[in-house]
Amino acid sequence: MFETSLSFNDILFLIRGAGVTLSITILAVVGGTLLGLLFGVLRSHVSPWLTLPLVFVLDIFRSVPLLIQLILANAFQAIAGLQLSPFVTSCVVLALYTSAYCTEIVRGAIDAVPVVTRRAARSLGLSWGQDMTQIVFPMALRVALPSWIGLTLGVMKDSALVLWLGIIELLRASQILVTRLQEPMFILLITGAIYFALSFPIARLGGRLEKRWQEND
Amino acid sequence: MIEIENVHKSFGALEVLKGINLTVDKGEVVSVIGGSGSGKSTLLTCINGLEPIDSGRILVDGTEVHAKTTDLNLLRRKIGIVFQQFNAFPHLTVLENVTLAPRKVKGMSRRDAEEIAVQQLSHVGLADKLKVYPNRLSGGQQQRMAIARALAMSPDYMLFDEVTSALDPQLVGEVLDTLKMLADDGMTMICVTHEMSFARDVSNRVAFFHKGVMAEIGPPEQIFGDAQHEETRNFLSSVR
Amino acid sequence: MFDYTFQWRQAFRALPQMLDGALVTMQIAVLSMVIGITIAVLLAVARNSGSKWLQWPAMAWVEVARNTPALFQIYMAHFGLGSFGIYLSPFVALLAGITFNNAGYLCETFRGALRAIPGTQVRAGRSLGMGQAKAFRLIVMPQMFRIAFLPTTNQMVWAILMTSLGVTVGMSTDLTGVTQDLNARTFRTFELFALAAVLYYCIAKAVMFAARLVAWRLFRY
Repeated sequence: MFETSLSFNDILFLIRGAGVTLSITILAVVGGTLLGLLFGVLRSHVSPWLTLPLVFVLDIFRSVPLLIQLILANAFQAIAGLQLSPFVTSCVVLALYTSAYCTEIVRGAIDAVPVVTRRAARSLGLSWGQDMTQIVFPMALRVALPSWIGLTLGVMKDSALVLWLGIIELLRASQILVTRLQEPMFILLITGAIYFALSFPIARLGGRLEKRWQEND
Repeated sequence: MIEIENVHKSFGALEVLKGINLTVDKGEVVSVIGGSGSGKSTLLTCINGLEPIDSGRILVDGTEVHAKTTDLNLLRRKIGIVFQQFNAFPHLTVLENVTLAPRKVKGMSRRDAEEIAVQQLSHVGLADKLKVYPNRLSGGQQQRMAIARALAMSPDYMLFDEVTSALDPQLVGEVLDTLKMLADDGMTMICVTHEMSFARDVSNRVAFFHKGVMAEIGPPEQIFGDAQHEETRNFLSSVR
Repeated sequence: MFDYTFQWRQAFRALPQMLDGALVTMQIAVLSMVIGITIAVLLAVARNSGSKWLQWPAMAWVEVARNTPALFQIYMAHFGLGSFGIYLSPFVALLAGITFNNAGYLCETFRGALRAIPGTQVRAGRSLGMGQAKAFRLIVMPQMFRIAFLPTTNQMVWAILMTSLGVTVGMSTDLTGVTQDLNARTFRTFELFALAAVLYYCIAKAVMFAARLVAWRLFRY
């Protein structure tokens, strides 16, 4: 028979780690999405030349490894004497990282709304704000939601990297157990199963939404 | 010689060929006419084995197409087919489109294949388009390229499946001229077509398909002048 | 606020070592892409095949690759296989992890590209006497790679970024590994990693630029 020294408390330890993973993900995605919305609207409405610095900075977040971003941010906050906890630093970095991708999603979705539709809305006397809230956002949401779901899941998976700053999230928790119990494959399989269980159903939902909305177009 | 004996073919519950018998001799040009859904295009894809058949048999030079022992890839070398959609290979130039099969299927050297390709492409009037990619060609040019591509395998038989149907009206003529030229050269051809004047002027025999049955076959004078079946007369008056 | 003197000179002195590390980074990324693309094509063919015995393992590969962290996949190669007495060096474990990840994502990219190629293309090839495999290789594959080229380039950039994860399993010769090594000796964390970040950025941009050149040369149609 298969024997393991993994106890109920160890499982709880893993689940607590998963809780940390989820809370970092949620904070980062909420922050990143709000910023992404702001930047995305700017990108699609302000002349490309004015937003060039913004584009450049956001591009850095997508072209430098996340691990390096975390290390740099942590070093920076120490140098600047901000006394931020690794948790806060991680959330800030991941939020900015998320916003870089979210901006492109928002801009792409807004640009996907046909100009004629918007012209029609404005011709009916809708103000810019009304046009945005009544016409553009509902239409853009359909384009953006599947990609946004993908982004959220991506951030959850990438959040594993915060272990480098000493945060005990899911993957780090499993590593601690592996070191103590010396059953790497078994514990990692459980860990992988937790990630999979968090990610796969939502990924499926996103895929289905995408398919259904494409069919309606 | 192509011998089609009592061929039946269904797609699910829909029977598209209901016992077709037809023999095409070497050097003969047979046009197949009929309404859409009459099974005439399916017949062509059965002859070169792209579609399986339910019963009956098809012999090409005595080889049974749908026998398990038949090497279809070998058999298809002597049966050229051109489809309604031009099916140009978009990633290859016109010359490469034509040399691909002679080189990779017959194992010809590049030089020999190119010699044949240039000859065939000149034949269909595309000698000046060798290095061009298909997306730069008109529909008529693409279709003529497809014909040259099939001819480069030096087939004994050519099957044409409504090759002018996807073309703009002003481009139909150039493709039909190519077919006429082929017929004059003595190629054995089966042409599924909607072009009645082509069927009348070029073919030795015209077959009329109706609802999966070959209702009538005969020389063009008979079909167009003195059709025996009411269905044939109805069809012909509807397309005129 | 800044009770700290930046010492950039010290970091720049480390540049030659870091460039060597960048070379290793590129090596791993390129290798993981070459092997990953090969496996991805096989996975795509398996997923589109009629056989359940081929479809299932391929689907499992793709879903695990896409629904667990890349770092987890690297851990599996490095720590997990230890349960079976298999101990991979950091280099091999990192390469295996990234390759696994690449193959999973690229399989879906290729499958999407395959859907965009009309079935009549294969029919035309078959009519010219090509077998199934020959028609796939000569007619479908070149078109598939063209459609999938841009997403594949993006995956290449991803692969480069993922190589940085090697440091967590003790990799010390790639760009991040070298930087971390220097950091452990000098404690100039910010300067060293800032320099590494610039290098990564340049590599990523260079790859995108090179890809555009290749596309321009390759896809004339």
